[in-house]
Amino acid sequence: MGQDPRLQHLLRRGGFGATAAELDRYGRGSLGAVVDELIQFDRVPDDVDARFTTGEPVSPSTAVNDARQRWLFRMVQSRRPLQEKMALFWHGHFPTAYSKIAGRVGAPDATRMLAATRGEHPGGGRGQLELFREYALPNFRDLLVEVAKDPAMLVWLDGRSNTRTRPQENFSREIMELFTIGVGQFVEADVYAGARVFTGWNLRRVGDADDPNSYYEFFYNAAQHDTDPKEFSFSIYNDGGGSAGSRTSRTIPARAASGGIQDGVDLIAALARHPATARRLARRLWAFFVSEIEAPSAGFVEQIARVYQQSDCHMAPTVRAVLSSREFNASSSYFARYSWPVEYVARALKEVGYGSYPLSSALSPLVNMGQQLFEPPDVGGWSLGTSWFSTATMLARMNFAASLVGRQRADIARAASGKGPTPEALLSFYLERVTPAEFDSGPYQDLLAYLRTGGEWTGSDAQLRVKAPGLLHLIIGSAEYQLI
Amino acid sequence: MKYSRRHFIRGGVAAFSVGFSAPRFLSDVACAQGASFRNLVVVYLSGGNDSLSMLIPYRDAFYATRRPTLAVPAGQALQIGRDSAGTELGLHPRLTGLKTIFNEGRLAFIQRTGYENSSRSHFEGSDIWSTANPASPQGPGWLGRYLDLSPAPFDPLSAWNTAAETPRTLQARLVAVPSIVNPSTYAFQSPNGSSEVASEQTCAVRMSSHVPRGRPHLSFVNASAQAALATLERVSAVGAYAPTVTYANNGFAQALRAVAGAMASQIGTRVFWVQTGGYDTHAGQNTVNGTYASLMGTLNDGLTAFYEDLRNQGLLNDTLVLQFSEFGRRIPENGSGGTDHGAASVMMAIGGRVRGGVYGTAPSLSPDPGNPTLENGATDVRHETDFRSVYARVIDHWLGGDAARILAGDFRAGSPEFV
Repeated sequence: MGQDPRLQHLLRRGGFGATAAELDRYGRGSLGAVVDELIQFDRVPDDVDARFTTGEPVSPSTAVNDARQRWLFRMVQSRRPLQEKMALFWHGHFPTAYSKIAGRVGAPDATRMLAATRGEHPGGGRGQLELFREYALPNFRDLLVEVAKDPAMLVWLDGRSNTRTRPQENFSREIMELFTIGVGQFVEADVYAGARVFTGWNLRRVGDADDPNSYYEFFYNAAQHDTDPKEFSFSIYNDGGGSAGSRTSRTIPARAASGGIQDGVDLIAALARHPATARRLARRLWAFFVSEIEAPSAGFVEQIARVYQQSDCHMAPTVRAVLSSREFNASSSYFARYSWPVEYVARALKEVGYGSYPLSSALSPLVNMGQQLFEPPDVGGWSLGTSWFSTATMLARMNFAASLVGRQRADIARAASGKGPTPEALLSFYLERVTPAEFDSGPYQDLLAYLRTGGEWTGSDAQLRVKAPGLLHLIIGSAEYQLI
Repeated sequence: MKYSRRHFIRGGVAAFSVGFSAPRFLSDVACAQGASFRNLVVVYLSGGNDSLSMLIPYRDAFYATRRPTLAVPAGQALQIGRDSAGTELGLHPRLTGLKTIFNEGRLAFIQRTGYENSSRSHFEGSDIWSTANPASPQGPGWLGRYLDLSPAPFDPLSAWNTAAETPRTLQARLVAVPSIVNPSTYAFQSPNGSSEVASEQTCAVRMSSHVPRGRPHLSFVNASAQAALATLERVSAVGAYAPTVTYANNGFAQALRAVAGAMASQIGTRVFWVQTGGYDTHAGQNTVNGTYASLMGTLNDGLTAFYEDLRNQGLLNDTLVLQFSEFGRRIPENGSGGTDHGAASVMMAIGGRVRGGVYGTAPSLSPDPGNPTLENGATDVRHETDFRSVYARVIDHWLGGDAARILAGDFRAGSPEFV
């Protein structure tokens, strides 16, 4: 079922597209079996980093561009595509930018905080991306706790300086507004109370500053924790401690400083199970996996929110429900999403091939397309959907296609040899190998007209050396190819 | 709130009188005649500018006590005189170039601009400033609506966004504003050489010109490609621009250089968007020597170079720069040597036809909960001038549009008359 549009759709959304070989392999099983394999990725070997090689030495745990290159490699090469896809989803949900962190702690530590694997980390910790990969599909509440303790996040949203005498509001505001319940669900006083909750959730350096093996880690600084009660406008405790909505249920009680870390755990649990969080995640998953063209129905949001709540905030059943939904599998959802720049690049690399194109060459085009990994524009993350497309970013996409195809032109010409007895035949050859949304007759005829421009069509190798790359450039750079 | 320059003493430079102001109909006529040649450059300070550190009431008795580590010492503030309430004001010490422009009477500060129930959210806040609609900050931006009402046919280069992403302010229903970060790389590339490039470009232009039936999302992407291809030639002229001054090598200054180039090359663009970030100074703000000083340095150096370049090019009288940020910051500093999200802020207007000076009054920083210039328990600055009245002034008296229609309401009452 390699040519099955449902499978291709699933792999575009649940992964980064597929090579011909991957389509063959996934196509041997049923669609349900592919969903299983994507979700239960723990059963698939995690060998992608072992296969990561470049022409020159790299250090993805200390040099951020190497970390970017490795992540792109994982998107293209992982046998666990949904794990990488969810890591990208969480990066968009908890956007954290390298530049601010590097400005505070220097480039090597900032890269380590964002991208080091456990094996690379001198203290056995792990960078934020590894956290997102580890918690790609487990429990959202646990992920939130880990994010609140994540060194990169503690620098990014200034938690490292959140102290009893001077509470820091930044993380408190964003965990409510952006990470969980959303604007309109809380009041300013909640932000101030939340800042007090996380007092003492700080950062410390282990080892001397001039030791290259020193590193930063989270620590709970009890002496800096505010032990007074904190009252919220929403329920913190559902069970015991008072009836729902009562002042008692809305108040985190006074606690000894030594056990004060429980304040944050309680607040996070309350935010994670809040119905507004469930609905907000459902809408974000809709936009990420299903469609940016249609809004989700109230029924879909309620259905996914219910799965999330009934599974006690577990993401695997929630994401499975999305990928198995009637809406996801409807043909109207095919190509109903605007690709993120990294999705566009990864899919083009998979479909065109990149034997002569070093992945490092894609980093600068990605910046021009508006998406530099580990560098979201602000705490709200990248603006999605139509916001990806401006004249400059569209030109950057077309020019990336020109550059990739240009580097691969020898391979392209070789593969096209004999495939173009007519212009129609050559176009069909490509439309079986690369996957733009369907061309209407207008652009289809334009592509044929391009092939016929500049001399009679012979289909000779000499002609194909020019026309095959030219045609592929036009397809990969087309508006149709920007949709996934 | 109405500004009176008589209250103002600008450090050693003789003030000139603007007691006279032209009858309204005269300036309207002038505006209408000159409107098509007038450039508007919107400068957005992203993250929420701590305007209290930019335009400083440095003698306020509570300034130093509420900003124990972040206050700019009185001796270092660049004194620019008093506002109409008699508050002595100084600029951040890095704003030396802006002080010169102020002394020339071409820089206006509008103090305490904002709106009721100011949002402390970056996103909601910037959406409100972009749409000029605090009640429902969605849909096109205020300049997008202005562009939508421009007479047809619409030139895709009427506006130019120098950031990669189209800001909501410039989002329109009918037009797609091009985003051109770097004019010199704004070109069509091909895997092939020579004549084949032209064939490919011709095909790309044709493909993007179709309006697919029933596929509006595809049409949208096509429109971006089409606008890019249609503007390549004119933009490449800007890439060759030779400025009369040296612009710093940072994104903000380079964006202003491109704007000056677009104006000097007369490619027809009238509305420009420039932004610079890093203003979300929750921690380590270091007003005098660190983070905030760098922000002010970038702002000052960029705007000063731009101002001088425009003057040398004879474009100053045709240009208005309007600066805003999504909110100001909290008055008391936090424990991280920074400041949290606040409310009202300061806007700036710069240009050859700007009536320079200080409009509105500074907040009193007294922590007394009854202090009428503050809100939120006397921790945030309360707005005095509705930001929409500033937009109204720009639309009516600079762009030659109809502010009441574009802003969906009449905010002219009390508009500061800075232009």
